[in-house]
Amino acid sequence: MNRIQQLFTQKQSNILSVYFTAGFPELNSTVRIIKLLQEHGVDMIEIGMPFSDPLADGNVIQHSSTVALRNGMTVSLLFSQLENIRKTVTIPLLLMGYINPVLQYGVEKFCESCKHVGIDGVILPDLPLHEYIKDYKHIFDAYGIQNILLISPQTEEQRIRMIDEHTNAFIYMVSSSSTTGTKSQFSDEQIQYFKRIQSMQLQNPLLVGFGISNTETFKQVCLYTHGAIVGSACIKALEKEGTLEQNISEFVASIKE
Amino acid sequence: MKYTIDEHGYYGKFGGAYIPELLYPNIKELEDNYIRIIESESFKSEFKELLKDYVGRPSPLTYAKRLSEKYNTHIYLKREDVNHTGSHKINNTIGQILLAKALGKKRIIAETGAGQHGVATATVCALMGMQCTVHMGETDVKRQMPNVLRMKMLGATVVPAMSGNRTLKDAGNEAFRDWINNPTETHYLLGSVVGPHPYPDMVARFQAVISEEIQWQLQEKTGNTLPNYVIACIGGGSNAMGAFYHFLEHESVQLIAVEAAGLGVNSGETAASIAKGSIGVIQGAKTMLMQTNDGQIIEPYSISAGLDYPGIGPAHAHFHDIGRTTVLNATDHEALQAAFELTRLEGIIPAIESAHALAALPKIQFTKNDIVVVNISGRGDKDMDTYIANMDTYC
Ligand SMILES: Cc1ncc(COP(=O)(O)O)c(C=O)c1O
Repeated sequence: MNRIQQLFTQKQSNILSVYFTAGFPELNSTVRIIKLLQEHGVDMIEIGMPFSDPLADGNVIQHSSTVALRNGMTVSLLFSQLENIRKTVTIPLLLMGYINPVLQYGVEKFCESCKHVGIDGVILPDLPLHEYIKDYKHIFDAYGIQNILLISPQTEEQRIRMIDEHTNAFIYMVSSSSTTGTKSQFSDEQIQYFKRIQSMQLQNPLLVGFGISNTETFKQVCLYTHGAIVGSACIKALEKEGTLEQNISEFVASIKE
Repeated sequence: MKYTIDEHGYYGKFGGAYIPELLYPNIKELEDNYIRIIESESFKSEFKELLKDYVGRPSPLTYAKRLSEKYNTHIYLKREDVNHTGSHKINNTIGQILLAKALGKKRIIAETGAGQHGVATATVCALMGMQCTVHMGETDVKRQMPNVLRMKMLGATVVPAMSGNRTLKDAGNEAFRDWINNPTETHYLLGSVVGPHPYPDMVARFQAVISEEIQWQLQEKTGNTLPNYVIACIGGGSNAMGAFYHFLEHESVQLIAVEAAGLGVNSGETAASIAKGSIGVIQGAKTMLMQTNDGQIIEPYSISAGLDYPGIGPAHAHFHDIGRTTVLNATDHEALQAAFELTRLEGIIPAIESAHALAALPKIQFTKNDIVVVNISGRGDKDMDTYIANMDTYC
């Protein structure tokens, strides 16, 4: 059983997964942020690999990527920062980013490095299912790296079932047809969508991402799914005045109470 | 088969559809329907009629007598500059607006660099009564102001893209984001043979009219349908694709694609994606692009807003890879020289993009009997500020 499956076996509700961009706000803040998020009770972490052209991201994550790249963050540097992460961090860790930096690093070498430092899964929004199956799945499988796939309100039922079949971790449910960003509440239409997917009885757990930024939105999605992924709200918190410790503690409290 | 896409939307090892799942239904809808729609009799007749009566096609093939004397060969100019709205971009926008209508779309979005594609999109939206939003890098908004004003007059909303270098690539990113946020009633009217499958193939089919006409026009003028050379500039590569399309299978025809070298291919300020690029994924396609070792896309530079793009259509990456095309490049300086040369020798002010194609003329050893076709992809009205600023140096 991989670490992600273990998590979902131990805990079936109110799972909080947090996204932040590696190299933001400071080049060397990556490891401290991971440790602090774990200490404050976050269940899983998505470490963003910054990209120059993040097509699926709104302003907040675009901005953090620009800053991180300006700070000098690269895929190789990130792996060296994470070299000893498993000595202290036990929760599942994922890398999230765009396909091009991974291709340049080399897909096989990338999976090997993930395995080496203890990364459990990868989320690459611009690597869709067909390209993944055609060229990369066998490599991910060989290293035991989970590829997390996304669904959106527009995804057809048959395709959701196909994605479910090719997943061994969880399904990343995008809350609405939008780029990443924060919203203060969900519409009836979105609630209908959460219910619809809940009723499909998929084999994989569901986490909702995009638009979750406070206790209300977190609680709402937890009624229908296993939990939520929060990104932009964390980035905003990391940029506030004050220490990382304070900002992260306040941020986690603002989501979980 | 060698020159067309396979069942996965790849030209050789280039192409595909690297899109976020959020765009999958949109791309799938296009992929499932585009061939059926554009091969239907009703589409074909409407497309043809609009190209003739609205765009003014066929565009002339002009024998450039004085230019031919200068290069001691026979040069013909394919005059996409005389099309309605001033460039080849209208061929594609007419095709895609008919497709969008057939798919029941209500709103059109587009990216633009030089503003030619934005104007061509705003134009067909006015013609068809569709809502239109054009994303344009803020840098380009400033250097192509006449086109911004034309788009506004045509009823389009122009949204300045504020990310990256604020040029064509960034406008494309914003258009993709707009589409993610408005997935059902919006059609993304992409302006070149770039982006995820099926765009490269679809746009190529709409631009193919350029080489279809060149064939019969050359037959009329020379008694032969095949030239020795076809020369075109490439930003994303749509005018080159259109000019090459019907000659691809005829291996005797040398196809020359000219990239923008900016200040020089090795200056660090360039947009020459083949010369300085490597394989990767940009805006939904696997192709040649300018990138760092870490896979970050390098901001391009060219005097020409329409060629200021760090990637290239996957078909062109493939044709270059298998040796079917020769890819040359021209600097800002060479393009300006060529623009002034054409103006003084033939009385035609070309777009600064098209001037890059002309700048290849002194780089090729022609023989006296060669037949050379240069695609004049657009006219220079939008570039008058640039030309005026350089008048003293080049006249
Ligand atoms: C006149 C003209 N030529 C060429 C281009 C480059 O585009 P493509 O390479 O797709 O033909 C543009 C783009 O804006 C243009 O306006």
